Amino acid sequence: MFAIFKRELSSYFSSPVGYVVAAVFTAFCGIFFYVQCLYAGTSNMYTVFQSMFFIVLFLIPLITMRSFAEDKKNRTDQALLTAPVKIPSIILAKFFSALIMLMICISIYLIDGIFLSFVAAPDWSLIFGNIFAMLLMGSSFIALGIFISSLTENVTVAAIVSFGLNIIISMIDTIASTVQWDWLKGALNAMSFQTKYSNFALGIISLSDVVFFISVTALFLFLTDRVIERKRWA
Amino acid sequence: MIEVKDITKSYGRHLALDHISFHVKKGDITGFLGANGAGKSTTMNIITGYLSSDSGEVLINGVNILNNPIEAKKHIGYLPEIPPLYNDMTTEKYLRFIFDLKRVRLPRQAHLDQICQQVGIQDVRGRIIKHLSKGYRQRIGLAQALIGDPQVLILDEPTVGLDPAQIIEMRKLIKELGQSHTVILSSHILSEVQAVCDKIIIIRDGKIAAQGLTDELTGSGRGTRRLRLVIEGREQNIYSLLKSTDHVTHVTKKGETEKGCYEFMVESDTDVRRSLYRSLSRTDFCILTMQPSGQSLEETFLHIISGNEE
Repeated sequence: MFAIFKRELSSYFSSPVGYVVAAVFTAFCGIFFYVQCLYAGTSNMYTVFQSMFFIVLFLIPLITMRSFAEDKKNRTDQALLTAPVKIPSIILAKFFSALIMLMICISIYLIDGIFLSFVAAPDWSLIFGNIFAMLLMGSSFIALGIFISSLTENVTVAAIVSFGLNIIISMIDTIASTVQWDWLKGALNAMSFQTKYSNFALGIISLSDVVFFISVTALFLFLTDRVIERKRWA
Repeated sequence: MIEVKDITKSYGRHLALDHISFHVKKGDITGFLGANGAGKSTTMNIITGYLSSDSGEVLINGVNILNNPIEAKKHIGYLPEIPPLYNDMTTEKYLRFIFDLKRVRLPRQAHLDQICQQVGIQDVRGRIIKHLSKGYRQRIGLAQALIGDPQVLILDEPTVGLDPAQIIEMRKLIKELGQSHTVILSSHILSEVQAVCDKIIIIRDGKIAAQGLTDELTGSGRGTRRLRLVIEGREQNIYSLLKSTDHVTHVTKKGETEKGCYEFMVESDTDVRRSLYRSLSRTDFCILTMQPSGQSLEETFLHIISGNEE
């Protein structure tokens, strides 16, 4: 598993993808930090984290689009699936390498916090809470992206479908507000990624929200395992 | 070493493999022959655990690939039709990755050095795979299959896309590997299978159409032996002499090849080379050519895939 993890992580930086994702994340984080903290004259980074929610929605598909689609396209899945390695280990290796890639991007929050500490007193609990939240929510989006990537051998299709689903997920609140049935409205609100992420961004860490993101992650990783197993039996 | 018992595989409604069974002994080089879509690659993918069969079982060294895939896969090195190479890696990094992936417990550097030497990729170890020629890519594919020193090598069309010199090198290498490994290879090149393999399995429409030792399938083992003779002397007298030799069942005149020299095709039920030599040496007739003429694998293959086998 560690061999695949290492290879996947290094592959982000042997192609432009890793650099582009990191650069875009850093650029947007920098812009939001400047406009919403430095220019606005506040040390509260809440709005920065809120704004970054949408950037992450767009960047994670770029991280996950190649995970299985490219292996299938180049037939390198034959090396992985005929090696003495279990399928869940392969999936977890790809998942954790994508998560580390996201962590590399998120680490810019720390730099923002350190920079802020020279001019004001940053709320470190809020910053660490948001890093934690971004990782939890990012895990769910990564698992979803890996699942989509396992369904196709076309990386562009994997990216576009993941984008689409991420946008739908981000619109759950809006969709819920238009629904008339209370039970459906309640169900949609319970599935809202944005509400849960906003709670974290405000510094409210709820166990149910943590369990929600972990469950979504586990569900999509499990579905990925089923897709790969099914292909062997198809 | 490899036991394939009654496997079937369907892709939707299409039955790709229909109750295939065969056995490969330790140290054998077995060739898979068949037209495109006959089921060769599917069989190989099932043996390596890449695909699962609908029914039947595959045992590698007595270990069931489905029940204990991790243990069974440790014994297999697989070179698929398209080598599974990560184009963005250097050869060295890729081989190290495969070494770690297979969780090999041998000393890494020495093992990789030995494999690179064996397959002739020492010169390109530091180069990025996507910049290498087809020949080198195929060799790197073979190198990754050899990592971990597996007892079984499964090679799916190992010479496809190589130039003639590379094909000869690859065949030589496979022959060498056959001395210490059990090898199954598939190929479209019949002469290659004939030259390299001890045993041949011919697949037609997902079924085994014929299997046996290469010699058996190519004529000499099928009961009738054929000899091509060119003899100097009087045609009719030679013909009578050949006909009267013990165990000769049939003689065909093929005509004059050069002045005073005639060609004959002699069929017999046993090896008659010595008795023919003795009979002819007692006369004035001079043997210019005596050549065993088995049915070529090409003839056998065409005969079998056209559905005319007995």
